[in-house]
Amino acid sequence: MNKRGVEILVGMFVVLGLAGLLFLALKAANLGSFSASDSYVLLAKFDNIGGLKVRAPVRSAGVTVGRVTSITLDPKTYQGVVKLDVQQGVVFPTDSSARILTSGLLGDQYVGLEPGAEEKNLGAGDTIKQTQSAVVLESLISQFLFNKAADAGSSTPTPAAGGAKK
Amino acid sequence: MTNPFAWIGSRTLEGLRALGHNAWFFVELLRATPAALRRPYLVTAQIHSIGNLSLVIILSSGLAVGFVLALQSYYALVTYGASESLGLLVNLSLVRELGPVVTALLFAGRAGTSLTAEIGLMKAGEQLAAMEMMAIDPKSRVLVPRFLGGIVAMPVLAVLFSSVGILGAYVVAVQLIGVDDGNFWSIMQSGVDVWRDVGNGIIKSMVFGVICTFVAVYQGYETQATPEGVAHATTRTVVISSLSVLAMDFVLTAMMFSTH
Repeated sequence: MNKRGVEILVGMFVVLGLAGLLFLALKAANLGSFSASDSYVLLAKFDNIGGLKVRAPVRSAGVTVGRVTSITLDPKTYQGVVKLDVQQGVVFPTDSSARILTSGLLGDQYVGLEPGAEEKNLGAGDTIKQTQSAVVLESLISQFLFNKAADAGSSTPTPAAGGAKK
Repeated sequence: MTNPFAWIGSRTLEGLRALGHNAWFFVELLRATPAALRRPYLVTAQIHSIGNLSLVIILSSGLAVGFVLALQSYYALVTYGASESLGLLVNLSLVRELGPVVTALLFAGRAGTSLTAEIGLMKAGEQLAAMEMMAIDPKSRVLVPRFLGGIVAMPVLAVLFSSVGILGAYVVAVQLIGVDDGNFWSIMQSGVDVWRDVGNGIIKSMVFGVICTFVAVYQGYETQATPEGVAHATTRTVVISSLSVLAMDFVLTAMMFSTH
């Protein structure tokens, strides 16, 4: 085969590879859904971030409106400081709340934003004041046991009062 | 075997010598690379012979692996009612693991053996010695273009394997089995991260390309100059490439996908 034919074939080979790469990146993965250029930063402080990871989605009413960009620990208040990148056109009132929720039963965790009722909106760099931490299984179990113990404790005086009345 | 300690000692020293020889050869290849890049057509011709001519086996294997993955995953997932996540499972399996590793194994078998046999026959026919006589460095004229060709071709082949596999799984899952079309793509798209999954898979395939091509070129160059020697070298290429790829895959997976 002559030289030019070989070079054309190799060129087509590389183009095919790039097409495959584009297919994988755009159609089979999550590139192209959110660009970081037209977004603004919001901060949120949580007592416990649970299993939240960087690049987790930020959703409002279930629609993805941003990404988590960094998670650090505040050394003074010992709270987790989560930086969110939110799309430029989506604004939230200053009393909006942020919660850490789980998608599905066993899915990844994400940050859910619920809008408040104030007239002023959060600007770039503002901190979301109302936050709710992730659900920690151990706290849930201990709360359940405490409630059970409290119910058992409050139900015993009733038969004695009935007996004393008589 | 009169003295087992002497046997162990000599085998260890032989292993260390081989490792050192490999390392020295790698450095020699790197040193000869600038001279080889002055004739880019050499590299292009090798990419054609290594990459283009491997397309048939890689694409058909990718298609077959995609079909089978879709079928098997469906039977496993439908017991848990998770059959809609079929696309996600197939994609992650292909892009993270099967794409780079199976492509590397096929590459070692098809391109690695042809490289080793070609270079070994050149050595057996004293062509490499003749080149040295004419003051042409056989490393930069013969070996480095093949090395660079393999490094370029391997990631492309791995990406094509994964893409064709996903398309094959789509055909089986949506057209044949009846998984929902929209769910197939949307659950896949939301679950696969470009940098973490696709990007790491490409890094893996580049590392495997270097390993397979280097082993093939080294075994070809160091073969005994007899037909028997060439046959042994070809077998050694496939065995050493495959084992190195699988070991390296474990190391890379532990580094890239650990959850800490």
